[in-house]
Amino acid sequence: MTKIAGQIKDTATSVRSKIQRKSKPTLSFPLRSLSNVTYQPKKGYLQLKGRKKTRTLTVATVKTFAQTLRMMSQAKTLVEDDEIMTKREAYYVSKNWDDARFDEQPESDTVIDDIEALFEVNREQLGFIPEEKGGEIAGKLVVIDHDSDTGEPLRIDCTKFGSGAYSIPISVEHLKFETKAKFILAIETAGMFQRLVKHGYWRKANCILVSMGGVPTRACRRFIRRLADTRKLPVYAFVDCDPYGMFNIYRTLKVGSGNAAHINRYFCVPSARFLGVTPQDIVQYKLPTHPLKEVDIKRAKDALKNDPFVRHYKAWQSSIQQLLGMGVRAEQQAFAVHDLNFVMSHYLPAKLAAAKSFLP
Amino acid sequence: MAKSSKRPKKAKAKTTKKVAKKTAGKAVKKVVKKSKKTAGKAVKKAVKKSKKAVGKAAGKRAAATKKARPKASPAAGRTVAKASRQETPRHSTAEEMALGQREISVAEFFTKNRHLLGFDNPRKALLTTIKEGVDNSLDACEEGGILPEVKVVIAPSDGGEDRFRVTIEDNGPGIVKSQIPKIFAKLLYGSKFHRLKMSRGQQGIGISAAGMYGQLTTGKPISITSKTSPGRPAHHYKLEIETKRNEPRIIADETVEWPGRRGTKVEIEMEAKYQRGRQSVEEYLEQTAIANPHVSLLFVTPDGETKEYQRASNQLPVETREIKPHPYGVELGVLIKMLHDTPARTLQSFLHSDFSRVSMRVAKEICDRAKLYERARPTRIARQEADNLFKAINQTKIMNPPTDCLSPIGEELILAGLKKQIEADFYTAVTRPPSVYRGNPFQIEAGLAYGGSLSADGLAKVLRYANRVPLLYQQSSCATTRSVISTGWRNYALQQSAGALPSGPLVIMVHMASVWVPFTSESKEAIAHYPEIIKEVRLAMQECGRKLAVFLRRRRKAAESERKKAYIQKYIPHIAIALREMLDLSERQEKTLVNQLTDVLERSRS
Repeated sequence: MTKIAGQIKDTATSVRSKIQRKSKPTLSFPLRSLSNVTYQPKKGYLQLKGRKKTRTLTVATVKTFAQTLRMMSQAKTLVEDDEIMTKREAYYVSKNWDDARFDEQPESDTVIDDIEALFEVNREQLGFIPEEKGGEIAGKLVVIDHDSDTGEPLRIDCTKFGSGAYSIPISVEHLKFETKAKFILAIETAGMFQRLVKHGYWRKANCILVSMGGVPTRACRRFIRRLADTRKLPVYAFVDCDPYGMFNIYRTLKVGSGNAAHINRYFCVPSARFLGVTPQDIVQYKLPTHPLKEVDIKRAKDALKNDPFVRHYKAWQSSIQQLLGMGVRAEQQAFAVHDLNFVMSHYLPAKLAAAKSFLP
Repeated sequence: MAKSSKRPKKAKAKTTKKVAKKTAGKAVKKVVKKSKKTAGKAVKKAVKKSKKAVGKAAGKRAAATKKARPKASPAAGRTVAKASRQETPRHSTAEEMALGQREISVAEFFTKNRHLLGFDNPRKALLTTIKEGVDNSLDACEEGGILPEVKVVIAPSDGGEDRFRVTIEDNGPGIVKSQIPKIFAKLLYGSKFHRLKMSRGQQGIGISAAGMYGQLTTGKPISITSKTSPGRPAHHYKLEIETKRNEPRIIADETVEWPGRRGTKVEIEMEAKYQRGRQSVEEYLEQTAIANPHVSLLFVTPDGETKEYQRASNQLPVETREIKPHPYGVELGVLIKMLHDTPARTLQSFLHSDFSRVSMRVAKEICDRAKLYERARPTRIARQEADNLFKAINQTKIMNPPTDCLSPIGEELILAGLKKQIEADFYTAVTRPPSVYRGNPFQIEAGLAYGGSLSADGLAKVLRYANRVPLLYQQSSCATTRSVISTGWRNYALQQSAGALPSGPLVIMVHMASVWVPFTSESKEAIAHYPEIIKEVRLAMQECGRKLAVFLRRRRKAAESERKKAYIQKYIPHIAIALREMLDLSERQEKTLVNQLTDVLERSRS
């Protein structure tokens, strides 16, 4: 913790000394976009290529510059006081800054992301926590947390939530796990998760179910990563068959995102594999489909062209081509067309029987 | 149209009645012969045509020209025929036509066509009257070397709400007694028409037309008082114009007391409408004051309010020289007339003495080119070889006319005039070198005023002047307006929509000085579109525009840097606060940082 406070102080000192030398102070951030990341399967995550953007203090940048420094100062206080602050709260705190305040939260979020990238840490380490929900867990897992008052260990049995589920906390670094499950199934929609929980699928398949609720949050990714790493469990993703499910949800889960490239190292699950739904499944299971939307097609083509992860895997490229050729998409709940529980009785067992053939 | 055509038609019907019997048979035969089937149609057509023709003829009163007459006659014939139950038109003979053919007096012509002189409506009539009076006063004063002091009074008259008594009084040299009746009560009488000299008045129509208008609308004579020297008494005249003969009729002629040393006072009672705002008397006087800073104007409104436009310069305009016409500007007809009237004995000496810029050598050259004997008698040439001579003149290279006959206002005085009447942030003026159109020398001047009290919305205001006289009407058909519009004002940091005047808090003044300003009509409202004039105005606009652009860009830059400075100062303290918080600095160190930062950023701006 104090290491980060020291880093902040160093940056502030360099800015000050530049001003004292009567030259324009600069801050340089790694460029946060897909164009500045590479994928190396050995490392397993999208990695920054090192291109940086430099923010020089000029007339045009003076406002953002001032806001960045004030936010840095805020972070330093948080770190030193071991306090946390949601991004929304940070936005409200900025209202004390007169002219330097933020008008909308996205502006303050960007500045926080910038600072995070500047120090190459995750924002939680700076004391900023996200508002977003972390995801839900059900299945054969015991999470060992500690009581916030007494500090005593707390054993949370994820099989004992009935029709409910365990919520992944925002910070997961201190958690410990006990499990005998064989694999982790990360599910896109809460609806599918509910069906599997209701019928106790985890019991039948001896697994841990995770509801990601769209693109997995950092906490969710970190939780799965730690769980998979510590217990040596395979992770299977079960998402809709459309470019969003494939590249926004699955790719982010597996290798991280361009925007958060500086922290991908911790916040991805390189061992994850793509269970389905694949374009081939649509054909095989005669799933009802919807035509691909324009934004889907754009996203798919963009992935083919720019996504380092997709460009690395021929299998993915041909899958996309197949999907584009079919011109349709299918949702994971489309199996209901055969029978409400078709997913559990036929699809998942059939798939799991051939786990080797999952897309990378 | 229908209304005006009624009267003459009846009159003709009467005259034709007498001869109707004689020629009726003939006329009927003619029409029948023409075409039995289309007769009805033809008649209708003829009637339509005749109505038009009669309408036109009405303007010229019963003076039916040879053209109009035959067309008019079927209508007359029809009236007669109607009476005798037969729908057969008839035609007039040359003798019948001759009965209606007579001379039209200028005065009569303008009584009917008063809009040609600027008396279209009561409001404009008031302005035109004052304009003519003031123009005359200023011309007279300047010619007499006197700094003009002009007083204009519009007083309500007891004759009714729409009647006013207009008085224009000056301190000029006065008018010789014997000339007063003709000057004020005879149209097309004056000193300015026959000479080529820069002056406000040109034709000798204005003030007498105003008098005539007054007489026409109120029946009251025009009243003139004039004094030519302190030693002599002042004359007072009351005059009417005899429209048929275009001659003055003296109603009163007496000697009166006049307090001033010399001067002239004109009083006209007329039907008029007094209004403020655009194209008003006030606007005219204000604009006059701008272009004539040597003039002192006093104006008393009908409400008794007094407005003074004070003199801003004691410098009279340079007295201009009269010039002879330049050969390039002369038309064939005029050339023939000059050949007739010249006292010169030989063609060569005629060319040399009656034109400007024709030396004996150039005259010889023209004669040779026209294959004419240079010692030939001008009158002989007028009859036979004028055409050749005319062509030869235009083929010979002749020096441009002299330009010392022009008296521009001058950049300094334009600025003085603008500053006096318009409160602005920026003024500029330019006097172009003289140029020539159709053999007439002319000179364009322009002035600009920008910002200050001027309204920022809407289009620029254009003040047009011809020989120092403001032009208030027909802005859109004036050559100067066209030039202003065709100037690319966007190059000069102004906004301008396509085909429109530039917009912004801007007043553009354009002055054309010339020995003969080519107006589009007798009411002198718009300058004709000669390419040379348009080009000169545009050049003047561009010159002014460049200076304006420099000013505007500088001002914008200053405003921009001011804005930037304020912006920087908003955020610099926050940088310092953040650094103080992170580095545990003292408040003094924070302050130092603010100063250093301001330094760094301000330096980066320039």
